[in-house]
Amino acid sequence: MKFEVVITISLKEGMLNPEAEAIQRAIAHLGFGVDHLRKRDQYRITLDAVDKQEAEKIAGSICERLLANPVIHTYEIEVI
Amino acid sequence: MRAAVIQFGGSNCDRDVVHVIEEVCGADADLVWYKDGLNRAYDAIVLPGGFSYGDYLRAGAIAARTPIMADIIRAAEKGCLVLGICNGAQIAAESGLIPGVFTINAYPKFLCKPAYLRVENTTSPFTRLYSEGEVVRFPIAHKEGRYIIPAEELKRLEKEKRIAFRFCDEAGNVTASSNPNGATGNITGVLSEKENVLVMMPHPERAAEEILGSADGKKIFDSMIAYVEES
Repeated sequence: MKFEVVITISLKEGMLNPEAEAIQRAIAHLGFGVDHLRKRDQYRITLDAVDKQEAEKIAGSICERLLANPVIHTYEIEVI
Repeated sequence: MRAAVIQFGGSNCDRDVVHVIEEVCGADADLVWYKDGLNRAYDAIVLPGGFSYGDYLRAGAIAARTPIMADIIRAAEKGCLVLGICNGAQIAAESGLIPGVFTINAYPKFLCKPAYLRVENTTSPFTRLYSEGEVVRFPIAHKEGRYIIPAEELKRLEKEKRIAFRFCDEAGNVTASSNPNGATGNITGVLSEKENVLVMMPHPERAAEEILGSADGKKIFDSMIAYVEES
């Protein structure tokens, strides 16, 4: 069965994110007040699995082995 | 010493490393295309600098998952020397050869300039010809070179004397202003548990001849050669 999985990779809370800070400053230059900005990477993957649990498990392995680096990242998985 | 210098798509310091090992230091080096694998035993393996896979995903992340890296990890477990320079350091960290990760600089731009480093370890096969606290000057050229490691693992690295180099000023003071990329503890050279893997963001191969402005980096290759010849 085909499953559509959305994987979101975030920097751990408190990690310095220079890119997000630069974007936040650029928003401020436009005259908008933004208190906090977080930037995340999102992947949308279609995969084969017998059920939703297996789809989640496969996506978890993909995160652990490639998409996230456990030193700096956390990940969230949503099976649609 | 016979070294393998691994070429990934996007490596660009591979020939410089071969030049230094062969022409400057008088040892042997083979360029090995990553798809060809390691077809013989080597005393040392060098993961050179460059932009493997265009730094997609995270610098070094994709090269770290190629089959040749499994061969290199096995060789390192058996005691083969592995030197990861710049993108090679990122690849080695991503493949788990050393703890921690090299990520985007605190000020997120590409840095290309000379940097002073203080030698912190003089027992490893890579640093034995240096003296402790010696200040050396190597070029840096990276955008993702900020070394990050969890506090507990950092304590272990410090206790085991596995920090090889820290950014410092010309007099050897390790200060915030001499830290070009915001690395934890100014760290820019890290050794594995058995000291047979060294990863570093600065480029010793670009500082191995006086004509290039510094020959401080030659001692890394000479140290490796001396270690291999002794063992």
